[in-house]
Amino acid sequence: MAEDLHEIVARALMLDRSAITDDLKYNSIPEWDSVAHMALIAELEAAYDVMLDTDDIVAMSSVGTIREILKKYDVEA
Amino acid sequence: MSRPDLLAGRVALVTGASRGIGAAIAKGLVEAGATVWLAARTEGALDATLVTLNALGAGEARALYFDVADPAAIKQAFGTIQKADRRLDVLVNNAGILKASMIEMASVEMMDETYQVNLRSVLVASQYAARLMARNGGGSIINLTSIMGAQGFAGQAVYAASKAGVIGVTKSLAKEFAARQIRVNAIAPGAIDTALIEGLSEEKRQETVASIGMGRLGTPEDVAGLSVFLASDAARYITGQVIGVDGGMMV
Repeated sequence: MAEDLHEIVARALMLDRSAITDDLKYNSIPEWDSVAHMALIAELEAAYDVMLDTDDIVAMSSVGTIREILKKYDVEA
Repeated sequence: MSRPDLLAGRVALVTGASRGIGAAIAKGLVEAGATVWLAARTEGALDATLVTLNALGAGEARALYFDVADPAAIKQAFGTIQKADRRLDVLVNNAGILKASMIEMASVEMMDETYQVNLRSVLVASQYAARLMARNGGGSIINLTSIMGAQGFAGQAVYAASKAGVIGVTKSLAKEFAARQIRVNAIAPGAIDTALIEGLSEEKRQETVASIGMGRLGTPEDVAGLSVFLASDAARYITGQVIGVDGGMMV
């Protein structure tokens, strides 16, 4: 069973799990800036054992889009 | 001087590892106990080297064949490392080409090829390396630049441009990656006795040696020593530096 996406996002952005929803957007809060985005990408790649394309990293603009993009890598997050 | 415990448990990738400086760096890292992925373009070019390195009784040598000018191939190579080891601690961006030409005779194709192999490959490989390194708390990226990158050289404008670019990448990424404990440094070899120098006439060769304070050409092993140091924890607080290995050519 793959780790819960909200759990991973919370850990990478150093936020409480209750603060994470699928609607949460990149750059909408100070905790999710471009530097934190790189930490999040590293966490996602490690947790789901994937290597993301640069285009997909740029396209991951919300928790919901991350979930959608991960499906391309056969990950049901 | 070999320290098989220095890099034990570490995983490294060295591009352009089939000969010259790249081969010597790979050997140095294996001697220090690392698992080293040697990368080359031509299938089979690493066969003999692998046998030699794996007989050292220190680290482990493995082969990866891909063209650093092809970004998709770089990604695939990092995918292989990720699947096999789940980590990367050291990346040595060594692969490079040198095509001498007076600028009036330099073709646009040659300019593009030099940029793709010598500079763009460093940018692309660093993208993937940083993510793999960040997972395990950091790493060391070592870029091979050249004395020509900072000093220039007649007939080498294209090569020098690519190597000056490598210095810019090194300093920028050192700043960008510092918080993730990924160090980025560059090595600037002077005149090293490799295939790149073989083309010189005897007269030019003697002229070059005369310009070196220590009175001899450098060897690939002279460069490998610094690479092992930069890869190791002995260099843990060193980042963003361009270090010359030139026997006193530039002081």
